[in-house]
Amino acid sequence: MTDPSADLSHLDLDQPDKTFLDSNELVINMGPQHPATHGVLRVILKLDGEKVLGTECVIGYLHRGVEKIAEHRTYTMFNPYVDRMDYVAAVSNGLGYCEAVEKLLNIEAPPRAKYIRVILTELNRLASHQLWLGTHALDIGAMTPLFYTFRDREEILKIFEKYCGARLTTHAFRIGGCQYETYEGFERDVVKFLDFVPPKIDEYEELLTTNRIWLERTKNVGVISAADAIALGVTGPVLRASGVKWDLRKAQPYAAYSDFDFDIPIGQNGDTYDRYSVRMEEMRQSLRIIRQAVEKIPEGPIMAKVPKVIKPPVGEVYHSIEAPKGELGYFIVSDGSTQPYRVRVRPPSFVNLQALDVMVRGALVADVIAVIGTLDIVLGEVDR
Amino acid sequence: MLDYITSYLSSNTTPGQAGNVFWAFVYIMVVFGGVSVAVMSMNWLERKALAHFQIRLGPMRVGPHGLLQPIADAIKLMTKEDIIPAEADKFVFLIAPLIILCASFAVYVVVPFGPTHAITDMNIGVLFMLGVSSLSVLGVVMAGWASNSHYPLIGALRSSAQMVSYEVAMGMAVVSAVLMTSLNKTGTGTLSMIGIVQAQQAQHIWFAFKFFPLGFIAFGIFAIAMVAETNRAPFDLPEAESELTAGFHTEYSGLRWSLFMLGEYAAMIAVSSIAVTLWVGGWMRPFPNSLTGDTWDLVFSLFPGLTFIGLAVIAFVGVARMPKHPYFRVQTIGLAGFGAVLGLIGLVLFAPPVRDRILDIYWFIAKVGVFMYLYIWYRATFPRYRFDQLMKVGWKVLLPIGIGVLVLTAIVGVLL
Repeated sequence: MTDPSADLSHLDLDQPDKTFLDSNELVINMGPQHPATHGVLRVILKLDGEKVLGTECVIGYLHRGVEKIAEHRTYTMFNPYVDRMDYVAAVSNGLGYCEAVEKLLNIEAPPRAKYIRVILTELNRLASHQLWLGTHALDIGAMTPLFYTFRDREEILKIFEKYCGARLTTHAFRIGGCQYETYEGFERDVVKFLDFVPPKIDEYEELLTTNRIWLERTKNVGVISAADAIALGVTGPVLRASGVKWDLRKAQPYAAYSDFDFDIPIGQNGDTYDRYSVRMEEMRQSLRIIRQAVEKIPEGPIMAKVPKVIKPPVGEVYHSIEAPKGELGYFIVSDGSTQPYRVRVRPPSFVNLQALDVMVRGALVADVIAVIGTLDIVLGEVDR
Repeated sequence: MLDYITSYLSSNTTPGQAGNVFWAFVYIMVVFGGVSVAVMSMNWLERKALAHFQIRLGPMRVGPHGLLQPIADAIKLMTKEDIIPAEADKFVFLIAPLIILCASFAVYVVVPFGPTHAITDMNIGVLFMLGVSSLSVLGVVMAGWASNSHYPLIGALRSSAQMVSYEVAMGMAVVSAVLMTSLNKTGTGTLSMIGIVQAQQAQHIWFAFKFFPLGFIAFGIFAIAMVAETNRAPFDLPEAESELTAGFHTEYSGLRWSLFMLGEYAAMIAVSSIAVTLWVGGWMRPFPNSLTGDTWDLVFSLFPGLTFIGLAVIAFVGVARMPKHPYFRVQTIGLAGFGAVLGLIGLVLFAPPVRDRILDIYWFIAKVGVFMYLYIWYRATFPRYRFDQLMKVGWKVLLPIGIGVLVLTAIVGVLL
């Protein structure tokens, strides 16, 4: 009954019952074509009835060799590729890469560029969280929030489109700053959005936060302790929901984040409901950051002095930012040529996905779906 | 022969009781056709209402405002390839949808659309209803097992457990209603569906409001259990799309799949009809006791006509709002024609002879319509329960409350 191509030896299938027919255990293949695995994740579930005995993630269905591609592209040419990893939060990916190369070149983007970066990145965080909320709620069976969040996400994408011409894979930033000055009326659009969206977030909360079924489905589901989360390298809202106050925007401020006043929401129990509340609060904090950034945005150049041909000195650099899903790190090794010798991406989704097994062991099939949703993975980023 | 046919017209009972096979057959055809049409319109209404809950438009392409969408869907489903998995148990696989279909349609035998408008009236009508409707679980299990695939199997297991569990709670609520029918001078109750409505008529109260809040709680239990019984949101675990793709009918396609859908929607209408019969007065108009007199009778008898006129007005508003582009000309004419037909029906329904004949059926269908709308509303609002929580709600919450209400009803009934 199992897929012969899959090696299942690591699933402890060699327990007393050797064959499928003799055992009470059911091995079931969830994905890669499954409506709730957020793309092409394949999870092999070992079930006893509805109870999950163990899981095994099979990834790589969306592998495009992004890191290898980097070795054959110049630093500038590789910039658009990073947008294709976490395509839901392309702006954050671009920010991380640009800042890493800037660190390697030892240059710094001008203040205005930094502020534009913060505004767009935070807008993108909001868009990413909205998409997460919609799909997560859909997985748990609430259909309606999906359409509400997509309606409001559209406003963010419109701002992106007006700014750089693209909605999803924006390629908004360049090494050394931004290519485009903000368009006429950018601030007005952003402020309009800031006034538009808080009641909408309240609307999502109205549908879910105190909904009895939602509470039952998310409270004490997929619990992960702070120690486990740290041991597994989990970052982002998933880590913060377990009670660890770790946000790179505060811990290692990059871009212009040290200029802004914002809070880091944390949870206590590390369950799905806490991760939900943390992300909901993060949306509001993002709005706070954007408002401050729009008010304080300085005048000036948007591009630092960057040589026409980017040729960093020999060396290596690791730079990480707080992407919507967690710590997004770029480790770049330069051999002094125009092309990176090696680029290694530390994608938050990939590392967070490790926690799936810990979170769902002993739970029910429906919880696996809820936990995949709450981890907020993007398979483009997991597989790269 | 002609005598045989016309003799029934003067009788005052259902064709089943009169033993008139011809008219029973006519009634069966009418009910079968009516339910099928109701399922199709329900399909359109659900997609449309759900879309409007979710800031979408829903079907808009096939016919004006997608009115012909159910017909297009039916044609599409009938012409699709009928896939039978190679490893499936062919015979069981083929008859499973038929069992579900038959089980959901057989319930209509006892559904009273009016004092004489039922196929038959059994003295064990309620038992028949409970028994036949629980047969559909057999079809679900057969479908899940015969597919010989994991997801359908899990879906079928969930479904059978769920349907059996909620039947118990549902039964408790039904017994409360049956108990209430015995609160008369003779002290004899009835299990006949028509008898239950007549008991409500005699006691001058809908059973949902009898011994408030006891009747209302029992009604609530029934209303929750019937959603679970028909596998609809928020209890739609057997076909939880995000978990089990499509549950027990994952492997079905084309016509056979549409039979499942037909069965599901027919079952929804059937249990709603039963809820209407048991709790909210069946074919009786609202406030039959407090708003009495010829004036009120007249006012309430205008409702069928007004409903259709209202629908016609909505259609004509739609016509007025249609884009003036030539592309929409056919749609505009179609919608105007549809509105005109609705308006004509409305006018015909104002005519006293038609009006009086249709009134019982109108109120029955109107009440069922409220329940059907609730089904859509639930689906748009609620997340899905998890399997263990579903069982917990069924056994640990609904069943004890149901038993408690039953006992209290008995005590209160004796004391008062």
